Amino acid sequence: MSQLQLKDLYDGFRNPEVIEGFAKLINEEAKKLPKPVNIMEVCGGHTHSIMKFGLPQLLPKNINFIHGPGCPVCIMPKERIDHAYILAELDDTILVTLGDMIKVPGSHGSLQDARAKGADVRFVYSPLDTLKIAQENPDKKIIFFAIGFETTTPMTTSLIDIVIKKEIKNIFFHINHVTVPEVMVELIDSRDEHVDSYNNRIDAFLGPSHVSVITGSKIYEKFPKKYNRPVVVAGFEPVDVMEAILMIVRQFNEGRCELEVEYKRLVSYDGNKKAQALIEKYFEKASLFKWRGLGNIPDSGYRLKDEYAYLDAEHIYADILPKEEIEDHKLCICGDILRGMAKPNECTIFGTACKPQTPLGSCMVSSEGACAAYYKYGNLL
Amino acid sequence: MNKQITLAMGNGGEENNELISKIFYKAFKNEILQKSEDAAVIHGGELAFSTDSFTVSPLFFPGADIGKLAVCGTCNDLAMMGAKPKYLTCSVIIEEGFSTRELEKIVRSMKKELEVNGAVVVSGDTKVVPRGSVDKIFINTTGIGEIQKKGISSNNITTDDVILLSRDIGCHGATIFCAREGIELSTTLESDCASLTHQVQALLDAGVKVTAMRDATRGGVSAVLNEWAKQSNICIEVQEDAVPVSQEVNGVCEMLGFEALNLANEGTFVLAVKKEDAQKALDILHGFENSKNAVTIASVTKQYSQKVILLSPYGTKRFLDTPTGELLPRIC
Repeated sequence: MSQLQLKDLYDGFRNPEVIEGFAKLINEEAKKLPKPVNIMEVCGGHTHSIMKFGLPQLLPKNINFIHGPGCPVCIMPKERIDHAYILAELDDTILVTLGDMIKVPGSHGSLQDARAKGADVRFVYSPLDTLKIAQENPDKKIIFFAIGFETTTPMTTSLIDIVIKKEIKNIFFHINHVTVPEVMVELIDSRDEHVDSYNNRIDAFLGPSHVSVITGSKIYEKFPKKYNRPVVVAGFEPVDVMEAILMIVRQFNEGRCELEVEYKRLVSYDGNKKAQALIEKYFEKASLFKWRGLGNIPDSGYRLKDEYAYLDAEHIYADILPKEEIEDHKLCICGDILRGMAKPNECTIFGTACKPQTPLGSCMVSSEGACAAYYKYGNLL
Repeated sequence: MNKQITLAMGNGGEENNELISKIFYKAFKNEILQKSEDAAVIHGGELAFSTDSFTVSPLFFPGADIGKLAVCGTCNDLAMMGAKPKYLTCSVIIEEGFSTRELEKIVRSMKKELEVNGAVVVSGDTKVVPRGSVDKIFINTTGIGEIQKKGISSNNITTDDVILLSRDIGCHGATIFCAREGIELSTTLESDCASLTHQVQALLDAGVKVTAMRDATRGGVSAVLNEWAKQSNICIEVQEDAVPVSQEVNGVCEMLGFEALNLANEGTFVLAVKKEDAQKALDILHGFENSKNAVTIASVTKQYSQKVILLSPYGTKRFLDTPTGELLPRIC
């Protein structure tokens, strides 16, 4: 039997003929739409794919993408990055986090800047790599700055599980895990005093598949039922996104409003119950979590349960970690972009004062942020 | 610019360019330096002169080691200006405690690669510094080469040229990334590290009209094409599906969210040649093992001046930007 190659996982999903085939079908179906459809891709991974593969160029004018808030790096408020910065600067401490989190600027600078000033900041591919760092540095305190949506949360809880079971004494956690459905509710349900409402812009949602691999598709049930917004859970390859758009357009043409799964190859209704159990064991919902650009959103973040406070860096270092809120840059319109009320290039500082190398707003920070994706790929359009 | 030097400023991309132009070019400003070529053309256009420092971790990796890299890097920079490498200097900074056996291994590698290039080391320097001052060993090589054909320059590319690529891309970057970060992959992936002197000589001997050449090191093919687009005030339109990327490199990119076009190479070069000579150049390159899959990847137009455009096989297009920041894996 031939071995499964990595390319088998994506090759067919980038097939030009299939992509063009979907484009043709969407264009035909879209002619029947009574009004334009605005689809919010909640996840930054989708934004990145859409822009990287240039998918809007294949779609008719009455289908628009609204770029959502789902990038774990982009949504991190300055106050939390300041926490990481302060912790990284402590003597005998190694601050560990994932990927491009180290680029996000707080009010003191980014973790990259802290590292350039001498702090020991490291990035890992998997939270479990923290174990090796702790083992090699028994005299140091290792603080894992945990970030990400439902996708990365189970990996943090696995690390916590091992730390507790093996009685490892030098690993601590600063938890910044957030959840997708709560921010979607915020985008639909909340009102802004300056505009009538946000909800007249988002007609449907593209749900991120990797989140649902963990949570199941069930987390989106309320959106078609309670909020009258169809949701299609989709993969990140161009064929996945194109098929999901066709599914959404067909729902509108057929007068349906449902939760559907395009990414059937891995997403079930219930998701990964073992991962969910681990999250429930160690975490509880924080009453409020502040999102960069969006403000405080109820029940949208996790915190370690009180019984594990001895592992919680936020609790241990409460005396030195500031609690006051920090305002975003005055000219930055990331909040409006994340709510689907503005496009990145409508911002006055887009591509000038705010660039990927010198990001002022959240959406420019990570390569998955809407502004960064527009800056990198989008200005042909 | 950032008040402190960050790793991103050494990435071969945007921040690196900013550091060089705002600090070094500003201070050292002169006509030769401003041409921003792989090697400086000096002595009435007869000689090419180049320097490079090598700091790689791990020192030994599949396909090469820091010694081979240190010779290939400088010799290739000379070759890219149409020059035959002749004389090199070698300067090493060694960390206290480094194994002499490993040093010998590195130097043997250098000797072998010097022979490949027909070049000799004529001067050198050795410094040993206290433990922790450098990461094991840093090597600098500086080289002088005799220019075989005058006028090769990345400032002269026009719409009469097409852009060729000598082989599949990203092997060095992907190999180092896997070796450095301990990603356990069952793979045959190895660095493309190789000297390009003979390929270049063959092209020049055959009279191929080469406008520009550049080895796509840090910053990868993206950085080279963007530099060319800016320096020659042209638009480069790349056919995405024409760019060869091995399955292994694609796999690493998919897993970590990288773009193969941004990954470093050490024996892969990009060429701008006159359209009428493109096939002749490819035929010659195909005669060498290291460039047997050389292809045409792009055309030169005026559509978006100073920009590189990537054309997908399904009819969409986007800019291919100079890489920015440190090469970091995507979070999810």
